[in-house]
Amino acid sequence: MLEIKNLHATVAGKEILKGVNLTIRDGEIHALMGTNGAGKSTLSNVIVGHPAYEVTEGSITFNGQDLLAMKTEERAHAGIFMSFQQPIEIPGVSMTNFMRAAVNARYQALGREPLKSTDFLKLMREKRALVGIDNKLVNRSVNEGFSGGEKKRNEIFQMAMLEPTFCILDETDSGLDVDALRIVAEGFNKLRTAETSALVITHYQRLLDYIRPDVVHVLLGGRIVKTEGPELAQKIEEQGFDWIKEEQDA
Amino acid sequence: MSYQDPNSISQPLTNNADASTAKPSNDFVRRVAEEKYKFGFTTDVQTEIIDKGLNEDVVRLISAKKGEPDWLLEFRLQAFRYWQTQSQPSWGHLRMPDIDYQAISYYADPTRRKDGPKSTDEIDPELMKTFDKLGIPLEERLALSGTAVDAVMDSVSVKTTFKERLAEKNIIFCSISEAVKEYPDLVRQYLGSVVPYRDNYFAALNSAVFSDGSFVYIPKNTRCPMELSTYFRINARNTGQFERTLIVCDAGSYVSYLEGCTAPMRDENQLHAAIVEIVVMDDAEVKYSTVQNWYPGDAEGRGGVLNLVTKRGHLRGANSKLSWTQVETGSAITWKYPSCVLSGDNSQAEFYSVAVTNNYQQADTGTKMIHLGRNTRSTIISKGISAGHSENSYRGLVRIGHHADGARNYSSCDSLLLGDRCGAHTFPYMDVHNNTATVEHEATTSKISEDQLLYCNQRGISTEEAVGLIVNGYAKDVINKLPMEFAVEAQKLLSVSLEGTVG
Repeated sequence: MLEIKNLHATVAGKEILKGVNLTIRDGEIHALMGTNGAGKSTLSNVIVGHPAYEVTEGSITFNGQDLLAMKTEERAHAGIFMSFQQPIEIPGVSMTNFMRAAVNARYQALGREPLKSTDFLKLMREKRALVGIDNKLVNRSVNEGFSGGEKKRNEIFQMAMLEPTFCILDETDSGLDVDALRIVAEGFNKLRTAETSALVITHYQRLLDYIRPDVVHVLLGGRIVKTEGPELAQKIEEQGFDWIKEEQDA
Repeated sequence: MSYQDPNSISQPLTNNADASTAKPSNDFVRRVAEEKYKFGFTTDVQTEIIDKGLNEDVVRLISAKKGEPDWLLEFRLQAFRYWQTQSQPSWGHLRMPDIDYQAISYYADPTRRKDGPKSTDEIDPELMKTFDKLGIPLEERLALSGTAVDAVMDSVSVKTTFKERLAEKNIIFCSISEAVKEYPDLVRQYLGSVVPYRDNYFAALNSAVFSDGSFVYIPKNTRCPMELSTYFRINARNTGQFERTLIVCDAGSYVSYLEGCTAPMRDENQLHAAIVEIVVMDDAEVKYSTVQNWYPGDAEGRGGVLNLVTKRGHLRGANSKLSWTQVETGSAITWKYPSCVLSGDNSQAEFYSVAVTNNYQQADTGTKMIHLGRNTRSTIISKGISAGHSENSYRGLVRIGHHADGARNYSSCDSLLLGDRCGAHTFPYMDVHNNTATVEHEATTSKISEDQLLYCNQRGISTEEAVGLIVNGYAKDVINKLPMEFAVEAQKLLSVSLEGTVG
């Protein structure tokens, strides 16, 4: 369970989050919507521990652990995974070496022996098949020369390899055509277990057609101003955010 | 041929790290700064050292101790007289400390005890332990890797192995002192033929006082059945090391030679002025690989080895090939340009280099490709990695002679900056005298970005490990050129050298 209480965060001295409260229980999918600059990406960056963001007040706990006291990699070992809005290219580092380092770091943190090469390659093959990612991509450098769709699918592949319990999908739909969106979303759904929870950040209803949220939140001006069922996303798709702003101002 | 003042030839491309980058120095930087040199220890071996200082008598004494023929003494004396007329070069992008050449002892013999003669078959057990600490257990290593090792400690080869197997193919692999005695004609024919003593200041010094080194001769149409390797160490206090290596690969033959070095911790600078000469005949191929990890000095830039080396190969024959591969992580100062003279038509030369500098290390390294023959080709791949307060320069010359029709060169020089107080510089010189030639040069400078580190961290990879992954990925085009067992060592060395440089 992820619990965020009264979270305030700044970047470059500017306060972006102004008291966010959010609880996501195991197995729940929460959608987070909001205008550009509302603080959606700031929230996800703070959860994973981006060093450029400073938490000035509030707390985040994950399964009872104080997340803010943990390093980014320790949060990852605890089961947190973020599908990046813009996956980063790392020239020269093959996906295979990258994933081996990631999987073995997690195993080490969990007190398990590192995977033998043959077992690791077998795991790569299995997960590749599950997500439907081309062998050629896996042999290339991390995200280097990948198309937008390939990058997003590669994020889901990494999620498959690392088996997280809490996932952030940060605008995973941006830059994807309808077919690519469906493939990525279906990949995510296949990987979900009854315990997997997720925070799905999006501007559009269409991703939520595939990944059905239990709850939809609207983040405006650094606070969550509205929380309703899935029908809220549909309403925003049709009417935008102005009516919510007007409600706030009233 | 030697370099001139860089400003007089071409515009140096200088990329200084942006000192105003947002992230200040941090724990990681401090930690690596405090990291002690992992191979810093001194073996208590009884060493015979001659008195400090350099004059003609010392040169004669060295020659006499080694029982050398007159021609070699004469070679040394000529070199010494020439050296006296020269002054230390200052064109490198280096802050070179003053070297007091009279405060150095020019000969140390670790195999000889002062209290009496010793059988050459026995090796001081302390010496063997030193090799063990360096991770070079001679016997096991040889058995496992099938590598013949001519182990050099200080000045005299202490043990040579696999001689018989090489002898079956009439391959000569021995110390250069032994070669002078056993194969004087060969040595006399080639010594100084690639790097004449007049080549540069340090070459003259080496030619005057060289102590020992390796000699390799591969006869015609012979493929050397194993990698040949030499491990150099500088051990005795205040003794310069003046290695001299000569490799001759005759027509139609092949040899791969590995050189690896580490040195124990010292407070004072240690001078190392080596020469490597390689001769490659028709259709022959030589690969020369180096992993250099000498003591780089402490975190404040005190001490460390001064590595002032002249390495050159002469592609004398048609269709000959030579490749230099180097991974340089050590030494306080590196001044080294493994070069190729491509005389033979259709000859091919390659230079692959990874140079890492950290703390206050300085490296000015690169290559010279001198194209003289027709359709000669050369490739230069240089990867500089700078961290801490270090300065890392690539300096390379591509010269195409009048007769080098159809010559081609491709150069690629990349710099990777870790941190914001280091410098990376590129000094490419091109000197083209034939308009059918093609010369290409590419250069890039990059930093490990915060986003890349975050991405790795988010996947559970620590920053230290991420830097290792990225650096090894950056350097892999060069690392892949090393023989397998060397490549693994080199990868570890890269990670160890840069531990904690980015946070």
